[in-house]
Amino acid sequence: MTAPAELSVASIDEHRDDEAQARFDDLIAKDSRIEPRDWMPDAYRKTLIRQISQHAHSEIIGMQPESNWISRAPSLKRKAILMAKVQDEAGHGLYLYSAAQTLGIGREEMMQQLIEGRARYSSIFNYTTPTWADMGAIGWLVDGAAICNQVPLCRASYGPYGRAMVRICKEESFHQRQGFEILLELMQGTDEQKRMAQDAVDRWYWPSLMMFGPPDDESPNSAQSMAWNIKRFSNDELRQRFVGMLVPQAEVLGVTLPDPNLTWNEERQAYDMSEIDWDEFHEVLAGRGPANAERLRRRREAHEDGAWVREAAAEYARKQAAKAATAA
Amino acid sequence: MSTPGETGTEAWPLWEVFVRANRGLSHVHVGSLHAPDADMAVRNARDLYTRRNEGVSIWVVPADAVTTSDPDAKGAFFESPAGKNYRHAVYYTKSEGVKHL
Repeated sequence: MTAPAELSVASIDEHRDDEAQARFDDLIAKDSRIEPRDWMPDAYRKTLIRQISQHAHSEIIGMQPESNWISRAPSLKRKAILMAKVQDEAGHGLYLYSAAQTLGIGREEMMQQLIEGRARYSSIFNYTTPTWADMGAIGWLVDGAAICNQVPLCRASYGPYGRAMVRICKEESFHQRQGFEILLELMQGTDEQKRMAQDAVDRWYWPSLMMFGPPDDESPNSAQSMAWNIKRFSNDELRQRFVGMLVPQAEVLGVTLPDPNLTWNEERQAYDMSEIDWDEFHEVLAGRGPANAERLRRRREAHEDGAWVREAAAEYARKQAAKAATAA
Repeated sequence: MSTPGETGTEAWPLWEVFVRANRGLSHVHVGSLHAPDADMAVRNARDLYTRRNEGVSIWVVPADAVTTSDPDAKGAFFESPAGKNYRHAVYYTKSEGVKHL
């Protein structure tokens, strides 16, 4: 006797889902925003959780290559700047964890996924920073590529993600400029300093181009992300745009971009460039980059070393609340 | 129904943060954060959301203390103002051309 009733409940649910799907599709078609409590397809939610948490992890792991240089920065001014930048990255990680959290996943869970090696972060942070010039190259190239990627994300269809990105982009422009300035100062210095700057550019140029992800024909999720208005431009479009911005900037710096085939194509109105070494990209992505193990080990240690602080603060809050309750 | 994000299972609860950008303006929601208690939430909010003079005052509210309208009932709940355009000044057109009206 219960079967028909169950059937009808199921069909009502299905009807409701169809209606909700139609409302969702309509909002996307109008280029409006989806907000946390709106109905959304499971795949949209999962894609966003994956993308936003990976982005948050990248910011958190991204603190490491630079914090490496805080104690050795060449002046008090540079030290203060670097600290501010690393603090911004922690902040960006937290904005993004909060945005992801509105989709129904806790920060603790995301952090656990990261330290257990179950979550990805941008492979750029698995490269090492052996010289001071790397701080310049990271700011100019890595943060530059990040900005290029992130500016269109300010218009991502998921409201909390777009809002977090607006805040992040505002802060990132200081990161890129300070990097450019570090390189410029080195390029106006001694021959040894010039060599150091060029060497850093040589090492970071290709990895920064890889930050835009695989070529369009090998990026299976891109089409769906673009249909959902999460992604606004393809990987190759953004990469091309970035290279177009770099060339004149490299001229100002007086550095050479390490690609002999980099030439202006009048017909395409864009730069032609060499094929990217995607084997290297996949190796680093697979965990075999220069510093993958070290980055995760450091993150895990920091998390475990901080456990007593988190517990003590929670316990203090609990006791204070209990005291207040008895007093009342 | 509270704001989205509070899982109820984390060691530190979630707080919603509101910042007054300048004297004369309201506090505006800027995001959320985790903190063990209200004092720490205010300090964390200062470090997280006002690193560049974005505010002169901060409010923090436990996320689970916020009551929101039911998102599923959006249409019906906000139906009342629809069709009542006489609540807007532009509804009254006969005074067009008359000064200071």
